[in-house]
Amino acid sequence: MKAAAFSYARATSIADALQLLARHGDDAKVLSGGQSLMPALNLRLAKPAILVDIGRLSELRGITVASDKVTIGALTRHVDLLGSREIAEELPLLREATAHVAHPAIRNRGTIGGNLAHADPASELPACMLALDATLVIRGADRERRVAAHDFFLGIYATALAADELLTRIEIPLPAPGIRYFFHEYARRSGDYALVGLAAMARTDNGRLSDLRLGYFAVGDRPQLVRAAARLVGVDVTPDLVAAAKAELMIELDPASDQQATAAMRRHLAGLLLARCVATVLDRPELAPEQAS
Amino acid sequence: MTAVIAIALTVNGEPVTADVKPRLNLVDFLRDDLGLTGTHVGCEHGVCGACTVRLDGEIVRACLTLAVQADGCAVETIEGLSDSGEIADLQNAFRARNALQCGYCTPGMLITAQDLLRQKPRPDRAEIREHLAGNYCRCTGYHAIVDAVESTARARTESAT
Repeated sequence: MKAAAFSYARATSIADALQLLARHGDDAKVLSGGQSLMPALNLRLAKPAILVDIGRLSELRGITVASDKVTIGALTRHVDLLGSREIAEELPLLREATAHVAHPAIRNRGTIGGNLAHADPASELPACMLALDATLVIRGADRERRVAAHDFFLGIYATALAADELLTRIEIPLPAPGIRYFFHEYARRSGDYALVGLAAMARTDNGRLSDLRLGYFAVGDRPQLVRAAARLVGVDVTPDLVAAAKAELMIELDPASDQQATAAMRRHLAGLLLARCVATVLDRPELAPEQAS
Repeated sequence: MTAVIAIALTVNGEPVTADVKPRLNLVDFLRDDLGLTGTHVGCEHGVCGACTVRLDGEIVRACLTLAVQADGCAVETIEGLSDSGEIADLQNAFRARNALQCGYCTPGMLITAQDLLRQKPRPDRAEIREHLAGNYCRCTGYHAIVDAVESTARARTESAT
């Protein structure tokens, strides 16, 4: 299908973009890379009156590393994340997750800010933001505010962003040395949206988990940091304990059925991912005997 | 408000100026306004890869790019890559190995495969499959396409040494 008619304004600065958004309110949509917005327009799932194109605001691009955090500009593209030495060294979880986002031609245009602001519950990066405890920095006409990833994703395509605000950058605390990560997703085709996926960070201490952040995606209306992880922290992990955590996970998750997978299949895969994750970060393969790939 | 917007770009090296409606996507601009019908329209929502073109040297989905976003950019289509001879060996390998049947996906496949070979001259088969994973082919079953890309990579790297 073809997009419905809309008008177009290319923002010349962040201030200009904010003015345009303030003027047009809910009638406007922000265009960055367009890799989520354009399908929605072409399928006429979205019919904005005007697109505010921020794609040429170079001040919103780039990756910087400070002593305590990595800052990523909202217009940094997926291909930029994949090519970044800083991301590979400091945030390997994010690098691995980004490699699973769509396909090369889409990663060449899609941006991290667009990905997060679109808030597709099956997208990889929102779950990474939860696992990495990221902060999203949002600019409005008269103030800047900082929102924890946990408070940013509110539902399917719904975020804490107001119509007159712009996501400008993402700040991710530098993981402590020795921290472990795990990423895996099940998808029908490489690059497709996941049926179920998990982005996780873990700290270990003498064979025990001292911290475990399990960020699931494609299991509900938003990415989810699950409470079942707490069962496995600070104790000697046994197969029975993994089974108990999986049982708690089944209660906690409420996935939907669609043409890709039933809810029961999603629950099953989510449980497999929990066991694989724990087995991987503790280097104990016996904790995940059923190694489906 | 939906007034046309003036754009200036190059397409296959030639300067082009046009007045376009904001909603016009790049693939329709190339096909309908410029008559460059080698770029195909498949799904129109970024899934199939038939509309793949190069924008400033990088492959993109022309159905997920607005013509106004290409203002000031260099666009290269299958016509450009074909006429310049850049992918003549890859095209020959596709033909020799029956890597196409109806041909609908072929322009996108060729551009995507060439993108891989420019980044990684000697990819293994898994890497070829991964890079082409965003391009649907409904005829060949992909094996012949992977064969053609692999043999082109081998021939290029051997002739370079």
